[in-house]
Amino acid sequence: MPPVAVYRGRFGSAHAERLLWRAGFGPRSGEAQKLAKLGLEGAVHSLVYPGREHFVGRAPHDDKGHPLDPYDAWGQDHLWWLDRMIRTSRPLVERIALVWHDWFATSNQGVGSQRLMIGQNNLFREHGLGNFHELLLRVTEDPAMLLWLNGTDNSKYSPNENYGREMMELFTLGAGRGYTELDVRANARALTGFRNDWKPNVGDVDFRYDPRYHDPATKTIFHKTGAFTWKDSCRLCVTHPDHPSFFVQKMWSYFVPAAPDAATASGLQQLYVKSGYEIRPVVEAILRHPALYEGPRMVKSPVLYTAGLLRRLGRGIDTTAWTWLDSMAGQQLFYPPNVGGWDDTRWLDTATWRGRWWIAQYALNPYALDPGKAKEPYDAQKLVHAAIGFWNEPAIGARTLAALQTFARTAAGDAKGQKWKQQQYPPMIVNALRHLIAVSPEFQAA
Amino acid sequence: MTRDCLHCDGLSRSRLLHQAMAEAGKGLPSLEPGMPLPAGTGLSRRRFIAHGLGAALAVYGGSRLLGLRAFEEGIAAAASVGPQTILVSVFLEGGADGLSVLSPQGDPLYRKLRPTLALSGGTALVEDGRLFWHPALSGLAQLYGEHKVTVMPAVGYTHPDQSHFTSRHYWEVGATSTQLNTGWLGRYLDAVGVMDNPLQGVSLDDTLAPALATAKVPVAAITAPDQYDFYSNRVWGEVQERMLEAFGLFGGQPADPALHTAGNIASQVDRLRRQLLPFRSDNGQSGIQSPVPYPKSDDPFPGKLAGLAAMIAANLPMRVVALSAPGEYDTHSSEPQALAQGLQLTSDSLLAFQRDLEARGIADRVLVHVWSEFGRRAQENGSAGTDHGAAGAGFLVGTRVNGQMIGEFPGLQSGLDQDGNLIETADFRAVYSSLLEQWLGVDAGKVIPGASAFQRVQLVQ
Repeated sequence: MPPVAVYRGRFGSAHAERLLWRAGFGPRSGEAQKLAKLGLEGAVHSLVYPGREHFVGRAPHDDKGHPLDPYDAWGQDHLWWLDRMIRTSRPLVERIALVWHDWFATSNQGVGSQRLMIGQNNLFREHGLGNFHELLLRVTEDPAMLLWLNGTDNSKYSPNENYGREMMELFTLGAGRGYTELDVRANARALTGFRNDWKPNVGDVDFRYDPRYHDPATKTIFHKTGAFTWKDSCRLCVTHPDHPSFFVQKMWSYFVPAAPDAATASGLQQLYVKSGYEIRPVVEAILRHPALYEGPRMVKSPVLYTAGLLRRLGRGIDTTAWTWLDSMAGQQLFYPPNVGGWDDTRWLDTATWRGRWWIAQYALNPYALDPGKAKEPYDAQKLVHAAIGFWNEPAIGARTLAALQTFARTAAGDAKGQKWKQQQYPPMIVNALRHLIAVSPEFQAA
Repeated sequence: MTRDCLHCDGLSRSRLLHQAMAEAGKGLPSLEPGMPLPAGTGLSRRRFIAHGLGAALAVYGGSRLLGLRAFEEGIAAAASVGPQTILVSVFLEGGADGLSVLSPQGDPLYRKLRPTLALSGGTALVEDGRLFWHPALSGLAQLYGEHKVTVMPAVGYTHPDQSHFTSRHYWEVGATSTQLNTGWLGRYLDAVGVMDNPLQGVSLDDTLAPALATAKVPVAAITAPDQYDFYSNRVWGEVQERMLEAFGLFGGQPADPALHTAGNIASQVDRLRRQLLPFRSDNGQSGIQSPVPYPKSDDPFPGKLAGLAAMIAANLPMRVVALSAPGEYDTHSSEPQALAQGLQLTSDSLLAFQRDLEARGIADRVLVHVWSEFGRRAQENGSAGTDHGAAGAGFLVGTRVNGQMIGEFPGLQSGLDQDGNLIETADFRAVYSSLLEQWLGVDAGKVIPGASAFQRVQLVQ
């Protein structure tokens, strides 16, 4: 089997920082430097085999200090997960759960139960780095998915193709790859048998498999014939010859922006198949690949952007604003736009960029200097340094730096000859610079 | 707790892929599965305010982008040519159930195939007494009575594809090809359009309609000039002004596509913010005054049509316009209420739009084409819904349509294919070819691949 290429260059804190953005939610203060000391192999290993989970920092709460109520309070499901992203000791586990939330995109818009959505989310957390075949089985019988794609509407008396089609088109094979309309229909029949009840004031309950609703007749799927059930359905999709290429391309695209070269794709596919459809070795190989470290940046998703800012600031969830702010920026957790998930190539436009402006504004709120009290030097250059220092010396490109300096110089120039302005403008300029850095290109992509 | 029908929204990746890729000059996505999308899309988009339009335009550049002043001048020059005909494309996304839109209540098999979903009542079609207008389409039925609607009861194509993504792509590119990467309206504009008038093709949605994707000439998407404000905590006055001026300086960084996108978007935000400053009025008075009432709705659709009528009346040089209809049409379950809701608002809004155009005396210039990517299975699915089908219903609306049915209803006895889906009696490419030649005045052979193979239908009086 051709080995998948491994990054052999120097592994400094910049490389560790990129790894933390791709495999997690960005570095906490000093975290990249610490991770760099482990070297590439040690760093990747620490993320892929993270050990027991623990949380760092204060438990999340709403604006009044009350604990979150993720099952019942609107939007607090989003906060519940965002908190895990910020405080977890296992960032890759949360990141891969986000991958699966996008891959098997299920929206509470159609499920109508935060409890069921969080149940599905825990499944992604538990099996996210495990075996894809196992994961597909769990997803297929997951109550939120059964509601979302009409799985419990699908019976031998009245087949419903919704899940059977997307299972092939979106989850395992890709549109039009290696299946026909007859396969879709037969697959829908194989998937019959799931039921649930609906109780007033409670909602959808008692999800179960009832053989009486299963179509026991013979079906032909992918030229194979048998009295297939939903488990056969999962097996046939995962063992389909077109599945490994789909899996590898899609998984890769979550970590590296440019498609893998043919040798890499083929190496990863073989790794995947030989391991018996294990997810962890594929992810591990992607995280060690030169393309991750040497290739271009990726635009952060809104949730990654928010979690990253809060991690860098050392701030936990202390307001419920993040739900509507992330929604404004284009990503409310548990509400992907459709079963295809979010468009990971098109996060930024003139509307969502404004959402990020407001996220940065909220993130920086508690740290804003009081222009009436704070003492900052009346020196544009020093103010720029102070603001960059506030963010722990991130790498800022020449063009962005020039924009920051131009702003600081002109704003300071406005205070010329006026003593009160020379006292009050410098803290305001620092506040503005911190905010401008947070929305700069260097903070939007990693 | 009531569960609405949104959970039957099983739409595929089509929406996101199309959003990502519908860039004029860059083309539509390849249908190659699993293929990652190129980063940095959206780079060629610019926004500006067109004088006399009072709206922000997102301009999707062609092979080269002219300066914004040139666009302004081009728009003025194009407008001076005089009024031209306009085609408005209205898309029912998700696969509208043609057998409910026009229910074959006079077909003996209808109630058997649709034991719970079968509709009763409504207005019968004069041309085919078996077919009845959906009760929510009373507006279209009224216009039909005035000979202002042409009905296509079974429009589609042979070898139908039941993927939302693929079938929609076919309709958008005007061919059953996964290789074409420009829209059929985009290719029309490439044939007859100009380099300096982005208004020639207008998308009224948040992103460019893929049917408008061009290879050469620019087209536009229009956003409502809304509240577009930026603040920073404890930054006031002059310093705030300087701060807001600063992020426009970030600009592109071509060495890295993601940084380039982030910097360019910041510049676009800056420009848009400045352009929209005049619209931040406190009185809340809209700049658009309609001579007729439009349906009141949270959905922007009626407002978009009201704005479009005002833009046409202002003689803006538009040729083709595309927008999505309101409603959920991928009705795998709970179909009756979901479908009725979407159809009602769509039809009521189109009726108001027609009356608006008539009141302004510009109705003869406008033709509306209503379409969906496929119809739905004849046999209902038992979840009070229907699965993906083949041929569906479509319409042409306007004072100049000739009102004669295109194709016929094939009947449920012999008109279903081996999958139980309605067989098409009119090909969408024949409809496109006829529209191009009879309404837009261009040889369809320049736009639709293999156009000569499709028999033209007489559409226009």
